[in-house]
Amino acid sequence: MLEVDARGLSCPEPILLTLDALEQANGQPVLVMVSDSNQRDNVKTQAERKKKTVTVEQKGQDYYLTIK
Amino acid sequence: MDFLNKKPGLLIVGLVIGIGMAVLAALGNPANMAMCAACFIRDMAGSLKLHTAPVVQYFRPEIVGLVVGSFLIAIATREYRSTAGSSPMVRFLLGFIMMIGALVFLGCPLRMVLRMAAGDLNAWVGLVGFILGTGTGALFLKMGFSLGAERDTKPAAGMILPALLVLGLVISVATTLFAVSESGPGSKHAPWIVALLIALIVGALGQKTRICFASGFRNAWLLRDFTNLLPIAGIFVAMLIYNIAVGSFKVSFDGQPIAHAQHLWNILGLYAVGFAAVLAGGCPLRQMIMAGQGSSDAAVTFLGLLVGAAFAHNFGLAGAAAAAATDTTAAVAGGPAFAGQVALVVCIALLFVLAIANIRKKSKPTVVADPQEAAEDTTTDQAA
Repeated sequence: MLEVDARGLSCPEPILLTLDALEQANGQPVLVMVSDSNQRDNVKTQAERKKKTVTVEQKGQDYYLTIK
Repeated sequence: MDFLNKKPGLLIVGLVIGIGMAVLAALGNPANMAMCAACFIRDMAGSLKLHTAPVVQYFRPEIVGLVVGSFLIAIATREYRSTAGSSPMVRFLLGFIMMIGALVFLGCPLRMVLRMAAGDLNAWVGLVGFILGTGTGALFLKMGFSLGAERDTKPAAGMILPALLVLGLVISVATTLFAVSESGPGSKHAPWIVALLIALIVGALGQKTRICFASGFRNAWLLRDFTNLLPIAGIFVAMLIYNIAVGSFKVSFDGQPIAHAQHLWNILGLYAVGFAAVLAGGCPLRQMIMAGQGSSDAAVTFLGLLVGAAFAHNFGLAGAAAAAATDTTAAVAGGPAFAGQVALVVCIALLFVLAIANIRKKSKPTVVADPQEAAEDTTTDQAA
């Protein structure tokens, strides 16, 4: 599984890193970590636009999105 | 809250905010300026006597409401997070430059949309600049531009800006310490309590949704995603209906309130705003929402906007509004004087320098063994 640590990064870096990872993933799941609720929503929206399923888990104040 | 981030929700949020704008317009805010992040921060700078341009001094409750509204809803929904440390001085400069660009055009991207909805064709011309500016910023993002990650700080740090703004509002309402324009745009304002309430709602909606004028166009460039244009469309439609209903819809270049028809400078002004906003991670409105949510980096960008406004009026960098000839005065073409033109060009050059200087090697995603797969491998080995 590919892991993207996008915590603390400004919009739209988390999205861009996620899309890069999805390209490299070749079907593997991708775990994206963000620290901001808006970035959580942004990454989820863009992953779903790519027809992926996204599960969101809150760990402390961070959000972990698993994209398959 | 998920609904607010889907397409219908985003459009409805835009319409609701647009209605809020219409109320502020009806109750006395300046013409085609029901709300303007840049102009209102500039008015606030004036009230604090950071500049002394007499027609633009008033402590705008809207600015307080935007930041505090975002702050309150973030606290209530446990999304407040005090962060700092992502290239603060660069962000200060980006805020400064956004203000210079906005004051040359005579509006932030929100005011651009409000002016567009009133038939002000100069705003449509400025839109070209804004689209090109966001496109330039998007290009640098693709090349790996990044200001680095924010880190968590103590919760109190992120509360400083909201607290200071509330304090300022109390002083503004309860005392005569701050300057208040007696004529001109600074003298035009809705009753402070209404302005505050509407802005609190807009601030709260802004924190919960992705509303940001820069991202609307930036995402179109980067991702072919036009979704974030929906709230902007909602505001435009609501204000268009209002303007037509009250008779303030007029399609023209000339005779528009607090505007000028210097096409090149309208384009370059909003080009600077669009470019800087994408590099800063959000338009001036978005910066205030992020500051309310606890980002000290966004608060520093706010300070850059404030200081930029002070500089603009202390050194004659802002665009002048065009004015028709009267019995005693000649017509004024408006637009930035030579100093403003030079300042804006220097600012745009500076944006390219900042953009290039902050291109980082993009971090690659790390390959992590899937714990599930690892467990399956172990059982298979054991079975064998």
